[in-house]
Amino acid sequence: MFTLEYLMGFVATAIINGTPLLFGAVGEILTEKSGNLNLGIPGIMYIGGISGIIGGFLYEHACETAGITPIPILCIIVALLASLLGSTLIALVYSFLTITLKANQNVVGLALTTLGVGLGDFYGGSLLSFFGKDGSIYLEATSKAFKEKIPFLSDSLGLFGQTFFSFGFLVYVAVIIAVIVHFFLKKTRVGLNLRAVGENPATADAAGINVNLYKYLATCIGGAIAGLGGLYFVMDYSVGGWTNGGFGDRGWLAIAIVIFALWRPNTAILSSYIFGGLYVASSYIMGLSGSEKEIIKMLPYIVTIIVLVFVSARKKREHQPPASLGLSYFREER
Amino acid sequence: MNNAEKKPRTKREPLIYITKRSDLSLKKSLLIRAAVILGGILCCAIITMLLTGVNPINVFGSIINGSFGTPGKLWNLLQAAAILLGISVAVTPAFKMRFWNTGAEGQVLIGMLASVACMFYLKDSMPSFVTIIIMLVASTVAGALWAGIPGFFKAIWNTNETLFTLMMNYVAMQLVSFFLLFWDPSHGYLNPLNSDTKNGWLPTLFGRKQLIIILIVAVITALVYVYLKRSKQGYEISVVGESENTARYIGINVKKVVIRTVLISGALCGVMGWLLVSGNSHTVSTTLVGGNGFTAIMVSWMSKFNPIIMVFSSLLVCFLQRGAGQIASDLGTEMPGASNIGDVLTGIMILFVVASEFFVSYDVHFRRRTEKADKEVEKNVHA
Repeated sequence: MFTLEYLMGFVATAIINGTPLLFGAVGEILTEKSGNLNLGIPGIMYIGGISGIIGGFLYEHACETAGITPIPILCIIVALLASLLGSTLIALVYSFLTITLKANQNVVGLALTTLGVGLGDFYGGSLLSFFGKDGSIYLEATSKAFKEKIPFLSDSLGLFGQTFFSFGFLVYVAVIIAVIVHFFLKKTRVGLNLRAVGENPATADAAGINVNLYKYLATCIGGAIAGLGGLYFVMDYSVGGWTNGGFGDRGWLAIAIVIFALWRPNTAILSSYIFGGLYVASSYIMGLSGSEKEIIKMLPYIVTIIVLVFVSARKKREHQPPASLGLSYFREER
Repeated sequence: MNNAEKKPRTKREPLIYITKRSDLSLKKSLLIRAAVILGGILCCAIITMLLTGVNPINVFGSIINGSFGTPGKLWNLLQAAAILLGISVAVTPAFKMRFWNTGAEGQVLIGMLASVACMFYLKDSMPSFVTIIIMLVASTVAGALWAGIPGFFKAIWNTNETLFTLMMNYVAMQLVSFFLLFWDPSHGYLNPLNSDTKNGWLPTLFGRKQLIIILIVAVITALVYVYLKRSKQGYEISVVGESENTARYIGINVKKVVIRTVLISGALCGVMGWLLVSGNSHTVSTTLVGGNGFTAIMVSWMSKFNPIIMVFSSLLVCFLQRGAGQIASDLGTEMPGASNIGDVLTGIMILFVVASEFFVSYDVHFRRRTEKADKEVEKNVHA
């Protein structure tokens, strides 16, 4: 029953399910390091996904009317740019409201999530009707381009290659971004400044760091990274289609991973895969009844809560959330 | 890295600077808010027009028709607003204390689950009003527990309550999924319970099922208003919210206040769960709270934690959602995604109101024209 193939199949599924979470978590870590608790991440991921779909659709539609076959690399570029643009814009809205207008971060975040999910499902449902078509969206060429395997490694290394080198390129991009963000935060001066902004904006300000600029950039870039999670989900996981509410609670799971990984992008990689595994574990364990599966699905959240409580009880300095997380900074109020 | 020293900055006022308003007349602040709400509604209409291509007059027609078109629609609007209001009022005590409870959705849901469990096991073994009371107690305890766990850890270890309560939502949802599959292994779906005997169902007053929900929420709103504004505990809540140090200094036991307030908040959410089950759905599913727990947080905030203003805020939000629903059903299959416009409009409206708070509490000054002119003159002289 538990053959190696079976196990490797599970690992591969865990990675596939973990990748959207990884994008979301790394984006949120970058955002939170600037002191912004962006609860709009689930909405931003929806926007990232639907923007990619819209971009890809427009390109494929243009090719269809012109009577040419879509070029894979252009499919990727168009969808990628559209996704980045959409999620950055919505993160910019969050930044403007919370940083410039000093609005409450929780409220703005939740409103953006409502807005993002609404916009996503709206376009997901009606995009085709704008072009006088029926049915549901299916972006064949774009999703094929996104799912392209690494040519040599995927079929020459046997089971190992099949498991670890058969994913679309975004899976590897997610890992690379996580590693880059890790080094950025730990090893660069700009990263240090960013952490200072998140810990104590007043001190950072006094040290000559442009607090608002750092907050804006971290939130917008973080949003763009998170949006890629949505893009991966629609293009690779859902094979270029859209189902209303299909993305589910993955956005909140990404926020859970931020806590679970103790605000460290490198830890987030493995954490995301573990959560991805937990997300699908119920269908890989034999002989579970339907109701028992639901209990298994509860595990990621329970584990996150335990980590949160444990971390707060131990009060170890390097494991704490950024000290000014969730607070707006107003220079005159120091 | 000595950016600050690189170029000596000329001493000049910034183009825009912001100060905190010390006093703002009630009239002026109401005026700002009214302008914002009108602006928000206008913006919502424009966005609906852009998204669906329906012309703005029809958009307003649909919104008004969807909300007040028939007595039935009006009652549904009032019921939806009452439920949103009830949850908003329920989260308010904790919010006023700056306890960012993002778990209202889960607290209401667990309250619903507790009520449904009572109905499921009691069936009609007891008179209806006894069942209703048992359900109420169970839901209250469940809601209080669901908020109390994060509250307890917040009080003893300062555990981040925003993230904790957020996670509790999904634990509650999975628990509901679990029980639904436990009770009905094949479908995981529960039909309204006791639909023949109406045991555990709140009575229908004057032929309107919605009336009792509205009345109960009105009572809760009034009680919370009095509790927050007139009681000693309400005063303690606002002191802890303003400054924990001040609270400690004047001898308030902060931990006790935190735990007590969070329990009250959660219990009220549980009561709303009971009301939803006993007064309306008579069953439970993961989607029955329908995001109201999250919307309530925003309603509470945009009403400045004042239960009376919340009445109008929740009416406004439901008015937009009902109207959007009407637009969607007018469009029908022409535009299958249109049913989601309600969410879009709610989000935009709340962002508008939240943004407006800035202009209520801060004053924006622009650099004065005359000084600029002076500088120009100065420059010319030097040249």
